[in-house]
Amino acid sequence: MDDVERAFREAHGPAVATLTRLFGDLGLAEDAVQDAFVTAVDRWPRDGVPDNPAGWIVRTARNRAVDVVRRDRRGRELTEKLASDPLRAGSPADEQTSEPLRDDQLRLVFTCCHPALRVEHQVALTLRLVAGLSPAEVASAFLVSEETMAKRLVRAKYKIKAARIPYRVPDDTELPGRLRAVLTVLYLVYNAGADVGARGELRAEAIRLTRLLVTLMPDEPEVAGLLALMLLNEARRPAHGEADVVLLKDQDRSLWDRVLIVEGQELVLGALRRRRPGPYQLQAAIQALHCAARRYEDTDWASIVRFYDRLISVMPTPVVALNRAVAVAETDGPGDGLLLLDELAGELGGYHPWHAARGSMLKRLGRRPEAAAAYARAAELARTEPTARFLRAQSERLERDAEG
Amino acid sequence: MNQYMLSVYEAEGAVAGAPATPEAMQAFLGRVIALEEEMDRAGAFVFGGALHGPDAATVVRGGTGLDKVTTDGPFVEAKEHIGGFYVIEADDLDAALAWAEKVVEATNHDIEVRPFRATGRVQAATD
Repeated sequence: MDDVERAFREAHGPAVATLTRLFGDLGLAEDAVQDAFVTAVDRWPRDGVPDNPAGWIVRTARNRAVDVVRRDRRGRELTEKLASDPLRAGSPADEQTSEPLRDDQLRLVFTCCHPALRVEHQVALTLRLVAGLSPAEVASAFLVSEETMAKRLVRAKYKIKAARIPYRVPDDTELPGRLRAVLTVLYLVYNAGADVGARGELRAEAIRLTRLLVTLMPDEPEVAGLLALMLLNEARRPAHGEADVVLLKDQDRSLWDRVLIVEGQELVLGALRRRRPGPYQLQAAIQALHCAARRYEDTDWASIVRFYDRLISVMPTPVVALNRAVAVAETDGPGDGLLLLDELAGELGGYHPWHAARGSMLKRLGRRPEAAAAYARAAELARTEPTARFLRAQSERLERDAEG
Repeated sequence: MNQYMLSVYEAEGAVAGAPATPEAMQAFLGRVIALEEEMDRAGAFVFGGALHGPDAATVVRGGTGLDKVTTDGPFVEAKEHIGGFYVIEADDLDAALAWAEKVVEATNHDIEVRPFRATGRVQAATD
C-alpha cells in the first residue's frame, strides 16, 4: 500500500463520520468523500500529501457536499447550520483530534453495526465506510463478486435511510447489547482474514478498527479484551506454518512476536482489573496464558481450566466446552477429557476439531484403531485441503502403528 | 418525526400465542388498551386496528369492460397474512423498535417494523 492509499484509508472513516453528522445523510457523505479522494488523486502526487490528510479530505468533501445541497431547497438551511459549526472555525490539526470527530466515528460504527441490519451487511458497511476499503476490496475479501457486494451496500444504505437508523451512540441501557454487535463484526472481520492467507489484510484492518474503538471507548474492558485476543492470535501466526496446521504443541515459539504478546498481555491485565469480565477478556486471558509459556510443557493448564470455567458460565457454547475439555485432559488426564468430549457428540458431531480432539485423546489412551477412525472422520469434515491432508496423515500413521 | 407500521402476522387464520380463554382474552385486551393509551399520551399513536381473516378478502384489479375482474381471496396466497397493525410516529428506528417491544409484550407476538410514508388523508409525519 502506498502513502496516498494509506492516507485515504485512514481518512475515510473520520471523513464519512463527520460529513454524516453535518449533513444527516450517509449516502451524500460517502459520495462527497469519494469526490474528495478523486481530487486528491489528482493533486497529491503533484503537490505532495498534506500534513493532515484527514483534515484536508474532510474540508474538501464538506465543500463538495455544500455545493451539492445548495442546489436543492434544503441548501440554505444547511449552509447556515454549517456556518455555526465549531469544526469550521478550527484549524486542521484541531479537527483530527477534536471530541466531535471522535464521537462522529463512534456514531458511524454503531450505525454500521445496528442490529436492524443483517450481519453480513454490518460487516460490509463497516469495512467500506469505517475502514475505507473500496467496494472491490470488500468483495474480494468475502469471495463475492463486486456486483453482489455493491448490491449489498446499496441495500444496507437504503435501509439506514428509509428506516431512519439513528446516527447516535446508544445510551447506557442499550450500550452493552449494541457494543456486543460491534465487537462481533470486528471479530468476524479478523477471523475472515485468519481463514485464508490471501486475506491477511483483513486481520490488519480488524486490528486497526479495534485499536480505534479502544481509544474511542477506553472504559469498556471488553473492547480491550477483543484487541488483546486479536493481538495474541496474531503474535503466533508466524509459527502456524504455510499450511496453517502446526499444532500449538509443535510450534516454534521463537517465531512468536514478543512485542504483540506483551501488548496483548498488558491489555488483558488492565481489562481484568476493571472487574467486569466478559467473553473476549476471558478468551484473551486464556491465550495470554498460552503465550506466557516459553515451552509447551510449561503451560499453566490449571489456570487455563479455571478461566475456561469462567468463560463457559458467560458463553456456554459447545465450542467453548470442547476447548475446556482439551484443557481438562491436560490437568486430569485424557480419560476425563474424553468423557467431557463425548457429552458434546450431539452438538459437535459435524465439527472436525471435535473429531480431531477425540483422536488425540484416544491416541493418548492407547486406543489406536479408534483414534485412527476419529482422525479419518475429522479429515472428511475439514473445510480446507491442508487441514484435511494433515488429519489424514495422523490417521494413516496410527493405522500403520496399529498394524506394526 | 417519522412514521412506522408495526404489523402482526397471523399464520393460517390464527395468531400464535393468542388468548385461548375468556379470562386470557380479557387480560389481552386490557394490555392492548393500556398500550394504546400510552402511545396516545406520548403522541405516538396515529392509527391502528385488527383485520378480519384473509378469507374475507376480495381482490380488485384494474382494466376496462371485460378485463375488469373482481376475485375472491387475498392478493397473495400465503400461509401468513397481516392480522393487524399500528401506524406510529417516532423519532427514529430505535424509538420505533422500543414501541415494537412493548407491542410484542402486550400481544405476545412477533412484530414487523417498517417505515411508513403517508400519502393523502393520513397526516404526513412532521419534520
